[in-house]
Amino acid sequence: MAPDREPLLRIEGLRTSFHTHEGVVRAVDGVDLAVHEGEILGVVGESGCGKTVTAMSILRLVDRPGRIEGGRIVFAGRDLLGLSASEMTAIRGEDIAMIFQQAKVSLNPVIPIGRQIAEQFMRRRGLGQRAAMAEAVKLLAEVGIPAPESRIKAYPHELSGGQAQRVMIAIALALHPRLLIADEPTTAVDVTVQAQILRVLRERCRELGTALILVTHDLGLVAQVADRVAVMYAGQVVEQAPVAELFAAPAHPYTRGLLRSLPRLGDVRARLVEIPGTVPSLTRALPGCRFAARCDVRLAHRLDRCTEDAPLMMPLTAGKPHAVRCWFEGQLA
Amino acid sequence: MSAALMAGEIAEAAPRATGWRWLLRQLLRHKQAQIGGTVLLVIVVCAFIGPYIAPYDPLKVDALNRLLPPSGAHWFGTDELGRDMFSRILFGTRYFALICLVSVSIAAGFGVLLGLIAGAGSYWGDMAIMRAMDVVLAFPFILLILAVVAVLGPSLWTAMIAVGIAGVPNYARLVRGEVLSVKHEEYVEAMRALGAGPVRIMFGTVLPNVVSAIVVYTSYAMPVAVLSASALSFLGLGAQPPLPEWGAMVVGGRTFLRTAWWVVACPGMAIFVGVFSCNLLGNALRDVLDPRGT
Repeated sequence: MAPDREPLLRIEGLRTSFHTHEGVVRAVDGVDLAVHEGEILGVVGESGCGKTVTAMSILRLVDRPGRIEGGRIVFAGRDLLGLSASEMTAIRGEDIAMIFQQAKVSLNPVIPIGRQIAEQFMRRRGLGQRAAMAEAVKLLAEVGIPAPESRIKAYPHELSGGQAQRVMIAIALALHPRLLIADEPTTAVDVTVQAQILRVLRERCRELGTALILVTHDLGLVAQVADRVAVMYAGQVVEQAPVAELFAAPAHPYTRGLLRSLPRLGDVRARLVEIPGTVPSLTRALPGCRFAARCDVRLAHRLDRCTEDAPLMMPLTAGKPHAVRCWFEGQLA
Repeated sequence: MSAALMAGEIAEAAPRATGWRWLLRQLLRHKQAQIGGTVLLVIVVCAFIGPYIAPYDPLKVDALNRLLPPSGAHWFGTDELGRDMFSRILFGTRYFALICLVSVSIAAGFGVLLGLIAGAGSYWGDMAIMRAMDVVLAFPFILLILAVVAVLGPSLWTAMIAVGIAGVPNYARLVRGEVLSVKHEEYVEAMRALGAGPVRIMFGTVLPNVVSAIVVYTSYAMPVAVLSASALSFLGLGAQPPLPEWGAMVVGGRTFLRTAWWVVACPGMAIFVGVFSCNLLGNALRDVLDPRGT
């Protein structure tokens, strides 16, 4: 992943807001992200940090009262925000696909799953029904559904949550998109099934050379799968790094807090450490760092700068991929 | 952080009605469906083979055998012109089936399309369509029919078209409501994310999910259509006299009600049995397809 190469997807200064009766909620406020060809990027953050809205913004699926208000989303050299609705429809599924948290309700309940997969081939590739069904059987086998020839006739309610997610993966990857966005793909399934789903997801993406954005709140999951991680907080990316580096040397106080709050197997004595306070309201613009109010570094060192000036995303070392949005760049602890 | 550990499998959702074969199996187990379905099946079969099994020509006047009571030769008696009532009722099944088919097709065809557009389209499209439907609903039914009759002249077809038009708003409202509840489901969002355009989502994703509501409603709309068409025939705006349409037969016989009850009772009974069977089937379909209501 050479930093000078043009990434597959580059998001710059994305701003998506929701115009509600209580005011304008800046759910995504200046997000910068890049995904390279074939790479797996984990986007981590707690509920309401804007990670799902970022994902939906990429596909331009944000509905009223939400609105994408600024920034650029450049995919393979084209700014998606400048495309017409029909050009965008052509990109969805074909170049960029998405799977959702609850696979069972993401499948049409009244249509057998085989037809739902085959439809992609029939509509987009012009295959006949028989050929499309054969492709569907092949895809089901590839995502690990046993006896795919008979399962294609099953309706979504006859599947388990894990099987439904496998079917969703098959549909999403049917046309070999260059980018797959997975929004909490394993949150709704059992822990035991989680690992299998992740393995299928990773293997299929690697085989097809599909880049993957894995949106999740689960740091452990990211550690298993991702190449690179972006940590989001209150509508912004606060830290970005290759996965090993992030876990070895987290630079942002929020990332450190997250890692401290993870339970560790075999460690019976240490109490889990929480991050004090709550996420700031996104309806008001904050002058300083979003995390300042909860930041232990700021409290310990009584830093005024944090509440006055908003920090920018800066690489820790010039030219290295580890970047952080903090005035102190991990130098204080 | 690790809410994933706590969030296990989501609760099994009640399986939705799926597949025609499944539907048939469920209906065969349902008593009301058995009765209603059998009678309707008999009516449809009679509509096809009636002309071949009818003992007499339904239009043949026989002045010597006027107003005969039911007997072995004339099971349902004869009317004021000596025509065999049984043969006429048998031929009437054709008009019963035709009214069901034509007027309900008109109502369902336009109503479903308008409802889909109103439910899935823009705010202004929704406004325009639904206010137009309100106008049709607010318009007195008979006046609407009179307008259609004035243009097309009184005939069975006029009655069927008029009844069909009058049924459009109900379908549009039903479908619009269903679409509004379905279109925010996650599978619709997922289809958008997979690159389905608005038309494909409307017909390929949303429509199959509102079909069960349409089917249930249709089974109620059919008897209403038959009754309306009969009422129109009764008023002289629908089927015209020699035609053995049940509603028109009731009209023709009403002057003889005191002396020859069978001339009115037989077609009246036929209407009742046909409508009641539709309702029975409708109840059964509702039980099977829409478990929320029961």
